[in-house]
Amino acid sequence: MIEIVKPGLSTTVQDAGRTGYYHLGIPPSGALDQYSLRAANLLVGNPAGAAALECVYMGPELAFHADAVVAVTGAGMVPTVNGEERPQWESLPVSAGDVLAFGYLTAGARAYVAVSGGIDVPEVLGSRATYALGALGGHEGRPLAPGDRLPIGASAGAAAGRRVPDDLRQPLAKDVEVRVVMGLYDHRLTEAGRATFLDTTWALTPVADRIGFRYSGPELETVPREPPFGAGQDPSNIVDAPYPIGSIQVPGSVEPIILHRDAVSGGGYMMIATVLAGDLDIVAQSAPKTRTRFVEVDLDGALAARADHRKRALRLAEALA
Amino acid sequence: MTTATEVPPARYSWGGDEFVFVELAEAMSLQANFRSMAITTRLRDQRPDGVLEICPANASYQVRFDPDVLEPAELLALLQDLEQQVGDAHELALPTRVLEIPVLYRDPWTTETQMRFRDRHQDPNATDIEYATRINGFSSVDEFIAAHSGSPWFTSMVGFVAGLPFKYQMVPRERQIVVPKYLRPRTDTPKQTVGYGGCFSCIYSVRGAGGYQMFGITPAPIYDPTQTLPDFTDFMVLFRPADIVRFTPIDRERYDALLADVEAGTFRVTARPVEFRLQPFLDDPDGYNARLLEVLK
Repeated sequence: MIEIVKPGLSTTVQDAGRTGYYHLGIPPSGALDQYSLRAANLLVGNPAGAAALECVYMGPELAFHADAVVAVTGAGMVPTVNGEERPQWESLPVSAGDVLAFGYLTAGARAYVAVSGGIDVPEVLGSRATYALGALGGHEGRPLAPGDRLPIGASAGAAAGRRVPDDLRQPLAKDVEVRVVMGLYDHRLTEAGRATFLDTTWALTPVADRIGFRYSGPELETVPREPPFGAGQDPSNIVDAPYPIGSIQVPGSVEPIILHRDAVSGGGYMMIATVLAGDLDIVAQSAPKTRTRFVEVDLDGALAARADHRKRALRLAEALA
Repeated sequence: MTTATEVPPARYSWGGDEFVFVELAEAMSLQANFRSMAITTRLRDQRPDGVLEICPANASYQVRFDPDVLEPAELLALLQDLEQQVGDAHELALPTRVLEIPVLYRDPWTTETQMRFRDRHQDPNATDIEYATRINGFSSVDEFIAAHSGSPWFTSMVGFVAGLPFKYQMVPRERQIVVPKYLRPRTDTPKQTVGYGGCFSCIYSVRGAGGYQMFGITPAPIYDPTQTLPDFTDFMVLFRPADIVRFTPIDRERYDALLADVEAGTFRVTARPVEFRLQPFLDDPDGYNARLLEVLK
């Protein structure tokens, strides 16, 4: 069992996410950076999609009531055990009575803490992921609070001292490129509006959470039109439609929003592009002010990138086998 | 409206490497929604390997898939085939339910919330329902409530947040109520608020931000993640796409009595199975609706 001494800014139980309920407004949830979740779990001998802790901007303080092996991946945030610094991207032994805490954020945005055996909160709709907007899953459907106690599952023989090679760690940068497939309602943009979207270096605003990431930059020019019945008067309005995870919507033609894994499942704003599923990990590690370029790829390019992403996950699994 | 109509071809677009988005029509109509329901119902019945999510919406739908299992081109061909099979959907029947949702219009809680956000509203000197009454040409709020509750609503989409139903009224377009959303969204909306934006009514499933005009509140829970109430034994969300809803106006006394039932854990929404057909509805909307709602008696 782990006791939450201090919860950090917003720490939630997350896993690979849930499938099959998006048509009722229940999004996948799960770790925003799935690659770092996978790495943390494999380090401690868990299945890749097991439940771990996602810590945003600031780490928690955790008291262990049993021996365990832990690993911290994702954002740069130096772990300490009883005040002594420990490396990230390596499996670490902790003993009953130890306290795991964290230094300041140095890079990225979200750290993942996996514990051998996984966080054993009850599964809800097939997943342990927290969906806080719907008060569902995780620990009581909410971010962790001081005094919370989390059960740990049975471990399948974890070993301390495993390490992710440097070239297989998630890169963390202040300038990032995010690949997108244009489409959905991008025909609402003029050629100039489309060029503005793809040529601008956007800055992530502080409005960046599990639901969506909002970027600041210039207004996008739209094609004039007579609004269709039910759409609404604003040029960015559409008849409320389903939103893909990773889709980029532009309410009022300003400040694009990337919807992430706790997405609102639909609404009435034009979406103009969708981030590749694998590149959502890069978005997840963006802190406010991160300079972001959207790079267009076609479907074939997206599938090639997906294959590369899968190969990297396989190399990770081999490195930690 | 009595004969099969030519429908323009759907528009298909990839949403990254895992989604395909399909727009059946740019404008909202019951026919576009019915086609979305018919296509997604058929796809759900077939459930090809690699299809992860099937989300019908107002005049569109989306599918999430795993392109490592199901080739995008293969999925696209399947969806286009389903579009052909469904056609204009006039001859199809959809098994669904009729539900009765009691509504306390002009309730104290949404009224109090409105007053906190008047600076974000088109008409700060009127309430939301007074504003909607005026711009839709009704002579009184009572007349407006009679129109809002007089004809049933088709659940054209469930989503935004968990379990929130979008509802489109089953009346010809010239009788549709249309109300813009707030100028800027509120940061607060009471749970179970009956709202209105564009041509859709909704019921807020959780407390939170919102931009729809607020007309009233229902004592009926529609989302229960703890699954403690009897309506939620099987699942935590009450509404399904295609559910037909009748809003029944109630007074404060009745509201309090129903709320006591909710708190005692005995409240149940009245729900009855029906089959909905588009063509007879289009031929005689009011007559067809009256027959549909008889199951509630």
